[in-house]
Amino acid sequence: MSLLEVDRINTLYGDSHVLFDLSIRVEQGEVVALLGRNGAGKTTTLRSIMGVLAPASGAIRLDGKPIGGLPPSVIAGLGVQLVPEERAIFGTLTVEENLRIAALTAPKAWPLERIYQVFPRLKERRKSAGRSLSGGEQQMLAIARALIRDARIILLDEPFEGLAPLIVRDLVTVARDLAAEGRTMIVVEQNVAAALSFANRVYGLNNGHVVFEGTPADLEANPDLARDFLGVAS
Amino acid sequence: MPSWPVLASQAFNGLALGTLLALVSSGLTIILGTLGVLNFAHGALFAVGAYTIFVALHYTSSFVLAILIGCVVMLAVGVLLERIIIRFFYDRPDEDQILVTYGIGIVLVECLRASFGGNAQRVPVPSWGQGATKLGFLIYPTYRLQLIAIVAGLLIGLYLVLYRTSMGLVVRAGIENPGMVGILGINVRRAFLLVFAIGVVAVGLAGMLYAPVIAVSPDMGANFMAQSFVVIVLGGLGSFPGAIVGGLIAGEIISLTSAFNSSYSEVMLYALMALLLVLRPQGLFGTEGRA
Repeated sequence: MSLLEVDRINTLYGDSHVLFDLSIRVEQGEVVALLGRNGAGKTTTLRSIMGVLAPASGAIRLDGKPIGGLPPSVIAGLGVQLVPEERAIFGTLTVEENLRIAALTAPKAWPLERIYQVFPRLKERRKSAGRSLSGGEQQMLAIARALIRDARIILLDEPFEGLAPLIVRDLVTVARDLAAEGRTMIVVEQNVAAALSFANRVYGLNNGHVVFEGTPADLEANPDLARDFLGVAS
Repeated sequence: MPSWPVLASQAFNGLALGTLLALVSSGLTIILGTLGVLNFAHGALFAVGAYTIFVALHYTSSFVLAILIGCVVMLAVGVLLERIIIRFFYDRPDEDQILVTYGIGIVLVECLRASFGGNAQRVPVPSWGQGATKLGFLIYPTYRLQLIAIVAGLLIGLYLVLYRTSMGLVVRAGIENPGMVGILGINVRRAFLLVFAIGVVAVGLAGMLYAPVIAVSPDMGANFMAQSFVVIVLGGLGSFPGAIVGGLIAGEIISLTSAFNSSYSEVMLYALMALLLVLRPQGLFGTEGRA
């Protein structure tokens, strides 16, 4: 049984139909990359899994149990954690308060020190207000909030977007370490090279449909598909 | 030009009014910030608080006990309003929320009028607050001095709840981004009930404490509500520190202007608000977050 199964879901944003019978599965300890052009439905897929959007039909199962239609707070309690594209750091809260509020309802929360070992920069800035952080620091904090909850599956939405190359390199190192430790993740990313450097499997999305499923090597063997449907040149 | 003792006395009046406005406005602003609901029943709840202590003092001679009874009543009022009415309006448009809270306000005020009549009632100053205190250059009513200290204490208490407890952490995060609070596994709607109840108790307490120094009538909250709207705009919508600083500024402006010409006191307050809205639209402590 897969850890997470998304089974033919249809999701709508108001009147516009975004996901069409979309199915993906994620095994325990696996890193899955969702690739595709803008508007392909990558973010909507993550938001549907988190419960921010309720699919109109289809099923989402965690450990075989249906979670579709549950509110985000309940789904988070089951160990699913979205790191949203806009990062959504609480700007008036300090770094440490952002971490503490994330840990509040987690049954097996990490101690702060363990987070600070992964992100030493956050320790230096622990008393700073969230809004004073740089983009890279905000992204570290956003990922750290998922880690401190000891999430079973982390949904990373564009974690490297808008960040300087040096910072992307550091974050990729962290993501690789997490993958090596067996942390299950789904990553949505425009920076295909960065995403493929730690993903085990890839889904290609186009107009709300899955158009490709395979390993990073399979994708490299299919340059036409990558170019035509995914808008990525690998 | 008014004399120095008059100005000093008005400055103290401003402090008393300012701390009370801060208490009233902090309730209004945390409800607005967290729940996204502008509570137009806030003024009526101020009056309900004042009448609660008026009634409670018929059954006990202890002012402190009457306040405690009043807090329990206000807590019950807040919980019932949220559970029975307000919670069904979180996902409704702003104008529905305004209409329903405005309606609740009218019903509460008319209930008070039906029960106690439209005439002003008097709530006596507590025994420990009788008389006046010499402050060197000026003699000032003792209860008003105590009022400043009591309300300052309450505001510090509210600050500690908001900034030193887990619940306060959830409330402050919820003011910024309730959606993300939910994504982090917290049932934010459950926190909403608590926030609404705290806001109602805060405004009710303000009504109770202020009852001995003004006439208690069903409409007594209307003016306070208008002023507290100005305060939260001055301070920044949803900002607790903003409500405190805004309340003190508003209280001093109203009182000090009255020392020169009382008919200009409200004009000055609104002029300041207009000026601030031009120079700093988000208010003194406002952020770009949700309003």
